[in-house]
Amino acid sequence: MIQVGLPHYLTVAAILFTLGIFGIFLNRKNVIIILMSIELMLLAVNINLVAFSFYLQDLTGQIFAIFVLTVAASEAAIGLAIVLVYFRHRGTIAVEDINMMKG
Amino acid sequence: MTTLLAYVPIFPEAVLAIGAMALLMAGVFRGERTTVPLNWFAVGLFAVAAYLVIRQSGGPVSLFNGSFVVDAFTRFMKVLTLIGSAVAIIMSFGYMREVRLEKAEYPVLIVFATLGMLMMISANDLIALYLGLELQSLSLYVIAALRRDSMRSSEAGLKYFVLGALSSGMLLYGCSLIYGFTGSISFPAIAATVAQGNVALGLIFGLVFLMAGLAFKISAVPFHMWTPDVYEGAPTPVTAFFAAGPKIAAMALLIRVLLMAFPSIFPQWQQILVFISIASMTLGSFAAIGQRNIKRLMAYSSIGHMGFALIGLAAGTEQGVTGIILYLVIYLVMTLGTFACILSMRRSDGMVETIDDLAGLARHNLPMAFALMLLLFSLAGIPPLAGFFAKYFVFLAAIQAGLYPLAIIGVLSSAVAAFYYLWIIKLMFFDEPADRFEPMLGELKAVLIAAGIFVVGYLIIHAPLEAAAESAAKALFY
Repeated sequence: MIQVGLPHYLTVAAILFTLGIFGIFLNRKNVIIILMSIELMLLAVNINLVAFSFYLQDLTGQIFAIFVLTVAASEAAIGLAIVLVYFRHRGTIAVEDINMMKG
Repeated sequence: MTTLLAYVPIFPEAVLAIGAMALLMAGVFRGERTTVPLNWFAVGLFAVAAYLVIRQSGGPVSLFNGSFVVDAFTRFMKVLTLIGSAVAIIMSFGYMREVRLEKAEYPVLIVFATLGMLMMISANDLIALYLGLELQSLSLYVIAALRRDSMRSSEAGLKYFVLGALSSGMLLYGCSLIYGFTGSISFPAIAATVAQGNVALGLIFGLVFLMAGLAFKISAVPFHMWTPDVYEGAPTPVTAFFAAGPKIAAMALLIRVLLMAFPSIFPQWQQILVFISIASMTLGSFAAIGQRNIKRLMAYSSIGHMGFALIGLAAGTEQGVTGIILYLVIYLVMTLGTFACILSMRRSDGMVETIDDLAGLARHNLPMAFALMLLLFSLAGIPPLAGFFAKYFVFLAAIQAGLYPLAIIGVLSSAVAAFYYLWIIKLMFFDEPADRFEPMLGELKAVLIAAGIFVVGYLIIHAPLEAAAESAAKALFY
């Protein structure tokens, strides 16, 4: 029987975080997927915070996690609003089409 | 009454918060009427907040279990940020009339962003740091996409949002690791744990992630990718605002985190800063050379300037921090002055923003060409203008800290950067004139004259400024 301890939680969080970063950079299709990847990164951070909080027997981490959840929600709202404004102009939200300015 | 008096240090922030909500209400209920009074109200809020900041005095006072701190350093940086925001609003009037963008959201968002910056500057633990940063960033994403009828503006907003959210994620991941490996989120407690010598690898990882997130906010290489696109796409007064306040606040936050929370592992973060600084200076100098759009050029210029300012932090001494503070003051003035010129590049058929439009400016409008020349000379760092002293102080600090390679690369890249500033000057004075610009607006003229006088007269006014910067830097080394 494997005892699930702090390192396991940290590993899961690190994997999720890396997946989130790769989701932003490797995705060529849709901006919504980028928003989902951002959310994934923030949730990985929350796993980290809660795991540390339990391990340290200290409530601060869980309070931090609640703040992160709140801010993540407003971030998603603003992100979707900006995507909407962009879609009205271009009629597309494909990542490879976001290329008006270069250099 | 006594309980209220205990909260005096946070009054400037409270004024901005309540004022922003009042502005929001006014914006909702006034409907489509002119927004000029709202803009002036926002400027008034900044003036009141700056007055309250200056009125505070004395050593470090902390509030809310030590998560909010006020000392000479925060006071100096807050006044600087407030000046930047107020001038950015004043400079926006003409442009907003021109492109019919007179919306009530603009002053509200600027005030919220400035509130976020003040919270960042005063942050003394990781939660306060994160919340201040996000309040600022979320407002800035919206301001970048403010011009909903312009495709470039919405693209700038989208790019800024995606990369900004990525950097916030990295910063937050760093915060979680730092919390986990030190068991605390307050900067002094982290410093105490780190000083005991138990520096885990995870803590260094956390520090690197945290610095990556903050380097994004000051647009230092390799996290600069968003800067040129956002500067070019955002409405020009918004670009001026981006170049002023947010950079100063993020730099203040970086200085405070590194010096208050991690002073005992200085060698670890010094390497990172040296790398970031060298990369920013060289990229800022070389990449700007081929640019045709003046806002894009200013983006690369600001990347380079952040690289120069970081030299002072890499030195890690009190003198180095004094150097950065002076650099930021001078950078703020030069940038706002230059943007006053860019905002005056207006023909009868609309705003223009390529560098070629400046050709032969001296024939049509000699005073403007002369003032812009002074600012560009100063940005290039030519004595006896202010920009020279900015660079002089940080290089001096680097040399006294033994960072010779950094100082030498800095001098060389500032010589490269001088090329494109001088090229613009040559274009203005010796090339065939392009079409004439519309006359300059009064408020832009005032900003330009003030910046010009500051840049030329720095030698005369430098003593009190340097004394203030020194006492601000001293607050971080006790």
